Amino acid sequence: MELRRLRADLHIHTCLSPCGELAMSPRAVVEAARAAGLDLIAVTDHNTTENAAAVARAAAGAGPAVLPGIELTTAEEAHILGLFEAGADLAPFQAEVFLRLPQAPSKRKFIKDQVLADAEDRVVGFSPRCLFGATELAAREAVDLIRAFGGLAVASHIDREAFSLVSQLGFIPPGLGIEAVEVSPRADAAAAREAFGVAADLAIVRFSDAHRPEEIGAAATDFLMAAPTLAELRLALAGRAGRKVLPP
Amino acid sequence: MTLADLAARLELTVFTPGLPLGRPVGCGYASDLLSDVIGHARKDALWVTMQVHPNIVAVAVLKELAAVVLVGGRRPAPEALARAEREKVPLLGAETGTFELCGRLYGMGLRGG
Repeated sequence: MELRRLRADLHIHTCLSPCGELAMSPRAVVEAARAAGLDLIAVTDHNTTENAAAVARAAAGAGPAVLPGIELTTAEEAHILGLFEAGADLAPFQAEVFLRLPQAPSKRKFIKDQVLADAEDRVVGFSPRCLFGATELAAREAVDLIRAFGGLAVASHIDREAFSLVSQLGFIPPGLGIEAVEVSPRADAAAAREAFGVAADLAIVRFSDAHRPEEIGAAATDFLMAAPTLAELRLALAGRAGRKVLPP
Repeated sequence: MTLADLAARLELTVFTPGLPLGRPVGCGYASDLLSDVIGHARKDALWVTMQVHPNIVAVAVLKELAAVVLVGGRRPAPEALARAEREKVPLLGAETGTFELCGRLYGMGLRGG
């Protein structure tokens, strides 16, 4: 199979995230991703996968390829991305996550509405859950849960001063089972490897962490792979079978 | 003031009964961001935290801290406890939260650092 350069932004929030703009509707996300020339995106709302299928349907046909995902908040308040194969049934995974999220306060007043949308940008509901809360999953349990459902775990923005594995836990625990670490859009990957003690065999990637449409693709990582799929991504992150992460 | 004095007076749980508690405590430090502890805690400090991840032991070794106190009735993760015993880092526990515990430690003469 022919290998080609594919551009991916695998850390994108939608209007379902408590901090994601209402403008981050499924169609708006897809249109912004196309405009940014992305071949592959992932939908990674805080502690929920519920808008991912709508984004995938909105992108069907003309692309980009869409991986369903999540940005889990661990018990230590570190963020970890979980990326799954397109079309995966994530209901059982989601149920496991919701069991470990704190109950929403009875008089709920969120930062903003947490909007569940369909592929035509219709509002289909509002999440009543405390999506910004920390789950009861310790970092290793979070990674294990992602992997148990066939997913790939990436430590989010390890250079950030809050909500990163490094800020919360001082350093990246060895043997955690993550397959890459993400740095912020402006970070220097080589400097980050040194500064944060990233093991030589752990890929460093850069995604946008977009909360607004104009941020989509503002940071992206190019991969040499055969197709925009999770299996190919996994090979590229491991540098196997000719697949690899390409320098920016 | 030794770890044993503090543990007795504050009725702290000792998670690592096999380790000696004769070490003097020089000062105190309270933080739940391990990166902050690496940056700012001083040698011989008693570290007060609600984190229970195994990395707390590695940070305590790195910074030569006297001991780690887990607040709010939290228990160390099994791997953290095993590593603490291996690395000889005493792990203690308090039923109270950070604010209450630090207030009592300050009242006993311990200062930040």
